[in-house]
Order: sequence, then C-alpha cells, then structure tokens
Amino acid sequence: MTDAGKAWMLHVALIAALFALHFVLPAYHHGVLARVMVLAVFAMGYNLLFGYAGLLSLGHAMFFGAGLYGAGLAAYHLGWSVSAAFSAGILAGISLSLAVGVLALRTTGVAFMIVTMMFAQAFYLATLHFNAWTRGDEGLVLQTASRTLGSLSLADPATRYLAALALFSLVLLLTLAVVRSRLGRVLVAIRENEPRTIMLGYDTFAAKLAATVLSGAICAAAGAAYALLFGYVGSTLVSVQYSILPLLWVLMGGAATTIGPLIGTLLMYYLVDLSGGPLDRLLPGWHLTYLGVVGVALVLLILFFPKGILGTVRGRWLRWLP
Amino acid sequence: MGFGPHLVLALLEGLVTAATLSLTALGLSLVFGVMRVVNVAHGEFFMLGAVIAWAVAAGFPGEPALGFAAALVAAPLAVGALAYASDRLVLKRLGYDPEATIVATIGMLYILQQAALTFYGADARPVPAPFSVRIQLPWFGYSGYKLFVIAASIVLLAATWLVLSRTRIGLIMRATQYDAETAQAFGIPVEKVYAGVFALGAMLAALAAVLVVPISQAHYLMGRDPLLLSFIVVIIGGLGSLRGTLVAALLIGLSDGVVSMFFSPTLAKIIATLAVALVLVFRPQGLFGKPAR
Amino acid sequence: MTVLLSTRGLKKSFGGLRAVDGVDFALETGEIRAIIGPNGAGKTTFVSLVCGRILPDAGTIVFDGGDITALPAHARVRLGIAYTFQITSIYPRLGVFDNVALAAQRAGGGGLRERAMAALERVHLERRHAEPAGTLPYGHQRLLELAMALALKPRLLILDEPTQGLSDAEIADFITLVRVLSRDATILLIEHNMPVVMELAGRITVMESGKVLAEGTPAEISADPAVQRAYLGAPADG
Repeated sequence: MTDAGKAWMLHVALIAALFALHFVLPAYHHGVLARVMVLAVFAMGYNLLFGYAGLLSLGHAMFFGAGLYGAGLAAYHLGWSVSAAFSAGILAGISLSLAVGVLALRTTGVAFMIVTMMFAQAFYLATLHFNAWTRGDEGLVLQTASRTLGSLSLADPATRYLAALALFSLVLLLTLAVVRSRLGRVLVAIRENEPRTIMLGYDTFAAKLAATVLSGAICAAAGAAYALLFGYVGSTLVSVQYSILPLLWVLMGGAATTIGPLIGTLLMYYLVDLSGGPLDRLLPGWHLTYLGVVGVALVLLILFFPKGILGTVRGRWLRWLP
Repeated sequence: MGFGPHLVLALLEGLVTAATLSLTALGLSLVFGVMRVVNVAHGEFFMLGAVIAWAVAAGFPGEPALGFAAALVAAPLAVGALAYASDRLVLKRLGYDPEATIVATIGMLYILQQAALTFYGADARPVPAPFSVRIQLPWFGYSGYKLFVIAASIVLLAATWLVLSRTRIGLIMRATQYDAETAQAFGIPVEKVYAGVFALGAMLAALAAVLVVPISQAHYLMGRDPLLLSFIVVIIGGLGSLRGTLVAALLIGLSDGVVSMFFSPTLAKIIATLAVALVLVFRPQGLFGKPAR
Repeated sequence: MTVLLSTRGLKKSFGGLRAVDGVDFALETGEIRAIIGPNGAGKTTFVSLVCGRILPDAGTIVFDGGDITALPAHARVRLGIAYTFQITSIYPRLGVFDNVALAAQRAGGGGLRERAMAALERVHLERRHAEPAGTLPYGHQRLLELAMALALKPRLLILDEPTQGLSDAEIADFITLVRVLSRDATILLIEHNMPVVMELAGRITVMESGKVLAEGTPAEISADPAVQRAYLGAPADG
C-alpha cells in the first residue's frame, strides 16, 4: 500500500474505533471522551498553525472563545437554533482570526507570541467587562430546550458523543487533506526556511494568513460545539490557561502529526483528572491541582521529549505518519 | 474632597505603583535584554517574594520592623537562588532557545503556583507594615509607609543603575548582551552571566514584592497582574532598553492610578492591552527606543 | 538582442553607508554576465535589490519591459527571476526530492514528480532523492539549491558566489552545468574565482564602492588599467 493509502486507512480506523467505544465505554469515560474529542478539535486547530506552519501562538483561547461566545450568545440571547448558532460561532472565529492574523503576522518569533497573548488577554477582559451579556466568570448556562437539533437533544449523552465524534472526524480528515495539500507543504516549507520559501516565489504572508484563519475557524468550531454540547459559556474557558492547554496537548501528542492532538488531549485530561482524585488521596493536604500537573508536564516535555509521543514514533518507526 | 485633592491622591497611588512596577519590570527587561529569554514565570518570582516575606515576618511576632528588615534580605536571596537553579536545570539545557524557554517558563509558572498553593495555602494573608506613620497633607492623611516604598524603590533602582553602568559586572553584562559569542571568545563566562542575570531579575521582582506586600496581601495567584503590567512596560519601553523600561513604568504606573480612579478598571486594562499589542506590531522598538540597527 | 533586465539610478544605503550608489545596468537576454569587485563593493546588495529581497531607496528596475521596482520578492520570482543564496539556503530537514518538489510545485503544471526528478538529474542528484537534504555534503547542497532554481524554470538566474567552498573537480562540473543552463536562461553571477569568471562570462561588470567601475568583455576588463588598480591589485605587466 502507498504511504498515502496507509495514512487514510489509519485515520478511518481511528474514527471507527472511536465509534465502537461509544457502545462499550462506561458512562463516566464515555462522557470524558466526548469532551476530549471536542477539545482535541481545538488542539488540531492549534496544531495546524504551531505544528505545521511553525507559528507559536499564546492566544488561541480567543479563537476558541469566539466560537464559544459567538454560538453561546446567539443561542442564549437571540434564541437562535443550534445550526444557526454554530455557524455564528464559526463566523466569529473566522472574522477574529482574520483581523488578528493581519496584525500579528507582521511580527515574528517572540513578538508574535506576545502579541497573540495580548490580544487574547483583551478578549478575556472583554468577556468580563461586558458581563451584562456574558455574566463574566459565573457564565451562562444554555437551557436544554435551546440545544435541540430537530428531535435530538444535544444534552443527551449518546447524541452528544456522536455529535462530538462527527465534528472530530470531519476536522481530522480535513486536517489530513490540508497537510497533504499544496498549502500544507508550503506551510511546512515556511516553518523550515521562510526566506528560501519566499525566493521560490511563494507569498508566505498569504499562506500564513490562510493557516491562521483556518486554525481560527477550527478552534472556533470547537468552542461553538463546546457551548452547544455542554451548555456552558464562561470567562474561565477563555482565560490564558486555555491558550496554554492546546500548546501542551499538541506538544505531548506530537506537533505536526494529525493524530497527536487527540492523544495529547486525552492523556492530559486524564492526568489532570487524576490529580483531583487518586493523587489527592495519595498526597493529602498537597492541594494538587491542574497547576502542578500541567507545569511539570510542560517542563519535562520541552526538556526531554520535544517531539511528543507521535513525533517520536514517526522519527523511530513509522516514517509515513502524516 | 474636590477634584484637585482627588488627583493628588491618584498621582500618589500611581507613584507607588510606578515605583514597584519599575523594579519588577526592570528584572524582566534585564533578563530579556541580556539573555533574549521571555520569562513568563517572572510574576511568580514576585509572588514567591511576597509569600516568603510573609513567612519570615511571621517569625518575628510583635516586631514588624525587624520582620520586614529580615524579609527584605531573605526573600530576594531565596528567590534569587531558586532562579539560579532553574536557569542551570532548565533554561541552560534548552540552549536559551527563545520559543522553548517560553514554554519552559510557562511550566515553571504553574509549578511555582502549585508549590505556593501546597506549602502556603489558598488564603490571602497580610504582612504588617514595619511602621505606621500617617503623614498629614493639607487635604488628607497619607500612609507614611507608601511614601517609604517610593523612596526605597528609587534607592534600589539607583543602586541597580550604578551596578549596571559603573561596575565591572555591568560591563560584562553589557558585553554579553551586545554579542554573546564574542564575549565568550574574550573569556567572559557567558553561562555564569546568564544564570546571574536570571537570578538578579528574579531578585528585583522579589524585592518589589516585599515592598508591596504590607500594602496588598500575599496570595498564590498574585503574580498575574505584575507579570502583565511588566510585559506592558517592557514592550512600551522597548524590548531590552533599561531607560525605556523606567520611563514606561512611570507612565503606566501613573496612568494606572489616574485612569482607574476615573474609568472602569477592566475597560482601562482592555484598552491598555490592545494598545500594547499594536505598539508591538507597528513599533517593535517601543515608543522610546530607536529602530534596531 | 533584447534587454531582459535594466536598472537606472539604483540606490540603497544602510545607516550612513551607501552600499549601492546610483547603478545603471543592463543585461541582455541569453547573456552570461559576471559581477566582480572587492568585498563590500555592493555586489550582493545590488542583486538583492534586483530580486526584491530588499527595496531600493531610489531608482527603477525594469524586467522584460515591465517596471518591477515595487514588486515584492515572491512576485518577481513568479516573473522568472530565480536567486541562489550566498550562504546555501535549502530545507535541511526535508528530503532532497521534497526540496525540489517545492520549487516545481510553484512553477505549476502537471507531472510534478517528473519535473522535480528532471531537475535533480541535471545536477546528478537523482539517486539521493530520498535522503534528508541536510545530510548531503556541502558541494551537493549547493547543487541541490541550483536544482531548486532550475525547477522554477527561470528566465533570469542569479547566482551569488556559487563556487564558494567547492572543490576543483566540483567547480569544473559546475562550469559545464552553467553552460548548459545558459541555453534556457540568462545568467547573472557574482563570483570571486577569476578563472571561473574568465571562462564563463560573456561580459563582466566591475563594481567598487557601490558604483559600476567598468564593463566589458573578459579581455577588455583584464586590460583595463582602472580595474587593475582597484581590483586585480597589480599592473598586468608586473
């Protein structure tokens, strides 16, 4: 089989496995996996920019937030249907990433990181400032009635899982198609050597802007899905922590791998989950929270394991992994 | 109180903010200037300074002046030692790569917050001021301690300035900043300079925190605002420019006091944050810096 | 013969230094032209202005009858100006084939794989197409960069000190290669190695202190007393 054939087979098999898990997982893990798939979409959007184009943003919470609030506010205040609210979320993400991209892509390296962080901070503060509509930290709870798609209630665990899986599958295959496309190859070229890429005749600014908007749209789709599936929209979901988490998930799973984001999100979710339960019982009085787990994971990864799990697998064994 | 006295009060509060902010931001600026490392954990060194100050002061019950004096020595030393160790253990191993060090210092930020939560707890705790004199101005009484904070910061800034501009240590640091490779070739131990600068930067933040903590309180999440404000100051002042950092700290500190007196603080923060992002996009050398090369 | 590239009054300063100071220059289609001159004469700055990596302070650049002075670099590459860097610039972590494919993809048209392999064959690297480019020896990396330029199907190929760091045998191969290439493209090269210049160039432009000092055939240039004083260093009769 060709490498491309193997890659498509692997992705379809992964989707099939996630579908099979729907029928066998106990309720708790079934719920976790639904949430992880939505967050993995967020990570895949981040990976497109960070992994493939080599642009390290510290502000992707704002794109997740654009989808979250775009969909959430439309559903809560305007009573829009699920599909209209979801589209509003994606549209908000596209507009915001276009505006941020045009400005932030004028900078590079450290300045790009700080500019994106600052824009995201302004977005976060805005969700606090306009608390007449957003209710700030307390947030909005979307009623079950406003979360129905035809006769299906998105609040129902089974529907929720399958909706999350549908979005995840779509974005996974989209990512695979993008990274194998002309644009995907140019993004990698920019990451590896931008001056050379310009002198091959590529408009690198346009390519980076396209990647930013695509990344923003995918992250916004994750945010919109989060609002509609889990029914909660609040400022904590757009705080700086939510800009760091996708970076961590992607680093752990393997930057510039299509499946890495899911693996990283899943592992980190359970690690943080552990810190609340069993680890807390093991070390009573330590008040272990996500802070310690995330911190230690970040430092260890960047020091000893910068390629992440799938990056290492690809380097050692499976050269064809996309 | 009329508008005039209100403004005087706002300006005084602004000066207090500006004073401690200059110290904190100077630390961040030094680290970026010499090492090209953006230390996202800088706010946590500030937080640790405050927490250690509380712990030290608690060891001198009933003697706030003595406790404060001890904290003023112990907190920077402890935080400096910690920063030195993290440079050796983490940053050096990453070869001071700008992107990798940002990720690593984000990790350090979380670890230090977790450590404070574990060993100090989630409560905000006050540290008594070393003295409680009230200075009577024509319109209102004002805390003598806050005036002391302004004076002490000026002294510390002047001392740092002298070290940087007049001593051999300062010369070595500037040589390393200008061109690390050449400095190495001339026998300057660049790695030791880096570790020292990272420690010095953290110590400045810790000093600022010890000064601040009798006014505010020690808390494990208190590092966030100083970090953000220091970022703003360093960017407005021009990345790596010490003079720019001081001018910007004064500007931001004063305007922070005045603006938050008359506007919603959140709105002021939003505008300030966006303004800073735009400065970095359109004038990366800062408002007061010269274009590079 | 028609003029492919011309510049008029081209100027560029860095700080106080006038790196390029009013250069009028014309290149005819099909030429092999060498630019020589002492270090700091402004040769690299001049070709960087031509290919758009830096923008001039004053003056105009005309390529194939159109004014390209304000065009960004990538648009000039699309018009047919290819540039190989003074310090080899490839994608070291990508495969040799992928390096050339990126160039062939931009040039457009079908048969991406065939066109990329054809470019590799012209520099005799086709057998190493699967290796990471960074593992090639230095001389081969230079050839790879040349193959990338070829895959762009350029009309004007600018080579900035292409033989620097090559062995004598590699230089001999390189000369043969450039002769073959010049059937399809006009060639402008900056070169310090005088035997290479004398063997390849139809005409030579001598630069000094940002200005054009002299221009002519190799024979004219080697006989020019001003050039000898400024660049060759010693009078011809010893």
